[in-house]
Amino acid sequence: MIAEIGLAALWLAAALAVLQLVGGVLALRGGIESELAGLTRPAAILQGGLVAVSFAMLLWVFAITDLSVKLVAMNSHTMKPLIFKLSGAWGNHEGSMLLWVTVMALAGALIAGVERRLPERTMQATLAAQGFVALGFYAFLLLSSNPFERLPQPAVEGLGLNPLLQDIGLALHPPTLYFGYVGLSVAFSFAVGALMTRQVTPDFARAMRPWILGAWVFLTLGITAGSYWAYYELGWGGYWFWDPVENASLMPWLAATALLHSASVLASRDALRVWTIMLGVVAFSMSMLGTFLVRSGILTSVHAFAVDPERGSFILFLLALYIGGALLLFALRAGSINEGERFSVASREGALVVNNVMLSAILAVVLLGTLYPLLTEAFDVRVSVGPPYFNPVGAVFAFPMLAVMAVGPLLRWRKDSWARISKEIALVAALLLAALILCTVLFGTALLPLLGLSFAFAVGVASFLPLKGRNLLRVPIATWGMVIAHFGIAVALFGMASEGAFSQEKLAALEEGGTTAVGPWGVQLESVDPIAGPNWTAMAGQLDVSYKGGEPTRIAPESRNFWAPAQQTTESVLVTRWNGQLYAVMGGENNDGRWQLRLWWKPFVTFIWYGGLLVALGGALALIGRVRVDLRRRSVRRKLAMRRNDEKALA
Amino acid sequence: MRALAILLAALIALPLAAQDSMPPAPYAYRQLDDPEQEAAAQELMETLRCLKCQSQSIADSDAPMAGDMRHQVRIRIAAGEEPGEIRRWLMDRYGDYVSYQPVMSATTWPLFAVPALLVGIAGLLFWRRFRRRA
Repeated sequence: MIAEIGLAALWLAAALAVLQLVGGVLALRGGIESELAGLTRPAAILQGGLVAVSFAMLLWVFAITDLSVKLVAMNSHTMKPLIFKLSGAWGNHEGSMLLWVTVMALAGALIAGVERRLPERTMQATLAAQGFVALGFYAFLLLSSNPFERLPQPAVEGLGLNPLLQDIGLALHPPTLYFGYVGLSVAFSFAVGALMTRQVTPDFARAMRPWILGAWVFLTLGITAGSYWAYYELGWGGYWFWDPVENASLMPWLAATALLHSASVLASRDALRVWTIMLGVVAFSMSMLGTFLVRSGILTSVHAFAVDPERGSFILFLLALYIGGALLLFALRAGSINEGERFSVASREGALVVNNVMLSAILAVVLLGTLYPLLTEAFDVRVSVGPPYFNPVGAVFAFPMLAVMAVGPLLRWRKDSWARISKEIALVAALLLAALILCTVLFGTALLPLLGLSFAFAVGVASFLPLKGRNLLRVPIATWGMVIAHFGIAVALFGMASEGAFSQEKLAALEEGGTTAVGPWGVQLESVDPIAGPNWTAMAGQLDVSYKGGEPTRIAPESRNFWAPAQQTTESVLVTRWNGQLYAVMGGENNDGRWQLRLWWKPFVTFIWYGGLLVALGGALALIGRVRVDLRRRSVRRKLAMRRNDEKALA
Repeated sequence: MRALAILLAALIALPLAAQDSMPPAPYAYRQLDDPEQEAAAQELMETLRCLKCQSQSIADSDAPMAGDMRHQVRIRIAAGEEPGEIRRWLMDRYGDYVSYQPVMSATTWPLFAVPALLVGIAGLLFWRRFRRRA
């Protein structure tokens, strides 16, 4: 019964999406006074409620492990801890698509409920676009991946969940990315609405901006968390593999970053109108492409995709429909939309254009490197594109962008002169050069880590220059957001460069009582104990580790064997100090009775994720700042209207 | 007769069982003693693809095949072979797919042409945008 309620709610929501689409379109054609137009907003709000019910039902069947539901039987197990039963609800294809649709419908309900700034026609067009996008996903869920499908015979026991995925990381990682993707879908709907009604105005950018910011914060968190998860779960100390799945989340982030900056130009200066719309379309395309790559199975092999093409084809069709449609609309309308205000090269807009173009170029490189192997594989030529390609080619665009990022925020809008900020430019250039020379002399490692270290240093200092000479208490929150986000980029860059330059590895085979060392750490294997968990057994190595001969700490990395399904994993242990992490992994037993240990000392590696968190914090501050200003404006406007009414009444 | 059958069965089963529990090759999880050679091996391993995994180099993988390849790389480096030779040897065995090192060839030239083109487009965009004003 529970599953059926979920399914019914989903069908009803799909019907409401149709109503929302029709209402919006009629409002566009017949004017906003028509009766159906009045239903667009309520349809969106009710739809959000229904999908939330549907998702709650899915959580419920997973919580009680209802094995008559196919999805539960395939992905859950009665012996799993409750938290992993629940997170298992979206740790699979159908559940994750329902999660996507849920977030999307809730976002739609929110804009239908609160967004009143834009002209009503534009809002109706936006909601119609939102309904149209949602409808595609409802169709996908209901027709080809129904999460509530029953089995003719209830299963006796579930098939379990991949032990690699039994981790709190899984509970948090996909939802954050989906919040990001969905935020970009809202930005996309706004862009389509603005294009349809030719209302590409600063107001449109202001209405869209919180959604971009929100999406960007979630994407940043999602990528940061995903990277950390891969780092400690895979057990080899790598934090970014340029894997297509990772790229699928990085590409929307790059597009969203560009969109964020271009939308702020549009909001403040009414410039870059066409470019902002274009980026809005691109950002959502990248989310769709990411979903397609991850969900279609095309990544394992182009041929695996061809064996069961139904789902992949469906998403590909949606991708073509939305993106093709949006691009067509763009091509038809872009000509009639004025480019907006002009500006000179030495202006904040100029710097932001550099940022936009460079980010777009990096995006293109990542896109090419991700899709190219798939393309050639279709012709039976297999090529590998990996870190040795992405790192240097990306750097060609990233470092010039970072240089502009260091000084861009110091420029004034519209027209400025380099001479005015020459002192700051000289300071940043001097820092950069000094750091570069110092690092070369001291460490003399490969070029990219050297550049990374010195740019991190220069950008880190430069990110605080916009605060110079200002009363810190009166700096707007959004400006603080920018400063912190830029500083976070420098911090993350420092972490990545340090990881590349200073990591030390030690593979050791120790008998019980044996010792070894990695970097400043001394390591002693006290004993190896067998232990058992709810659905696994493990060998745990009891290690005493001490930093520079100090007080030893006891850690116990494990090598685990799961039995449903049978799989071996390593549970690494990280010892975090302010200046880096010791990374310890337990391996197997050698023939001679010694145990294999993998140890890394990674100085400052944690800065990668601290940086990511700072960037997200900066985004969140900017979001709070913007929303507060909007709310204040709204209340001022309401008070003005009230006063006007009072005056009228008095007269 | 029966004993013979069991013996035969055991003989047939033996290689299978042995294959399953084969210990990893000696240098799969062991570093070379010479740090310079180990660094060279590490650098090479990071640009070789683990053929059984998804997007991991052989330096980042627990797959037995990655272990065997690490072993091969290490003993060949220790025997004084150049990293380039080892890469070529592996590419002859497993195809170009095994190497992450970008090489310009008939099948990969777009990977290099497109970024070059992007630089050109970026330059053109800036020039067109700012030529009248700057």
